[in-house]
Amino acid sequence: MDAERRRIVRYTTYITVWAVLMALTGLTVFASRVVAGTTGILTAVAIASIKAGLVLSFFMHLRYERPLLRFLFFVPVATLAVIIGFTFIDVWYR
Amino acid sequence: MKSAGVSALHRDYTGAKLGMWLFLFTEILLFGGLFLLYSVYRSLQPAEFHRAAAGLSLTAGIANTVILITSSLTMAMAVSAFLRGAQGHTLLLQAFTVLFGIVFLVNKYLEWGDKIRQGLYPEGPGLSGLAPGEVLFYGLYYVMTGLHGLHVLFGIMLIAVLWLLTIQGKVTSRDPARLENAGLYWHFVDLVWIYLFPLFYLVT
Repeated sequence: MDAERRRIVRYTTYITVWAVLMALTGLTVFASRVVAGTTGILTAVAIASIKAGLVLSFFMHLRYERPLLRFLFFVPVATLAVIIGFTFIDVWYR
Repeated sequence: MKSAGVSALHRDYTGAKLGMWLFLFTEILLFGGLFLLYSVYRSLQPAEFHRAAAGLSLTAGIANTVILITSSLTMAMAVSAFLRGAQGHTLLLQAFTVLFGIVFLVNKYLEWGDKIRQGLYPEGPGLSGLAPGEVLFYGLYYVMTGLHGLHVLFGIMLIAVLWLLTIQGKVTSRDPARLENAGLYWHFVDLVWIYLFPLFYLVT
């Protein structure tokens, strides 16, 4: 048994994270009205990634997990980054 | 609890958790492929995507974002309540999660229904006057939000089944992996929507 791994997160922690996620949703809607074009897309993706990071680390408990799992998470993310990066190199500079 | 000789049910908590994450990794790549498709075509036809995206309802998008993030909160709290042994709390919070999920799908149904009434479906009259890039945008919209919607539907069923099992006492806090894994799945669904929302509704 590895009961020590099962950290019980308090409600208040989750509610704080939820409030931040709501604020970031408002921010991304506001930003989309202010910045346009490529900067607009990059801003939207950046804010989405901050939100995703919060969901992953708090709601999905990644920050409480052992290092192996946290490392493993970067394998599919890095794979995806390489696939997207190389595809764009091909699309833009062919 | 169990006397020696009686085969105790072996539970591998770490293994169950790792297995769920490995499954989610394949899901990241599944949706990742679609995001790749979206981003390449968007970079090739920015003006068409821009015009087509203006046709989506921002209000519906924001409403669904709020609903899904809130449902993630209730699910995370349900797992905490469960680990603490607060049976009533966990059942109530799971029920709220299922309810929010259903509201999300109803919202999606109304949204799709609205688009279909405008003739925006394959071979539909609404698409015939549009540029190829705009048709592509709606194709990606249906496929990506549709696949995401199927995940929401599956997540609702998963949590509903666990809700029944919790009432029957078949899921106990000595074996939390199933509920935690259902939670992970639900948060993943939320995660995908966090990217879908700005890419379809905001970047116009």
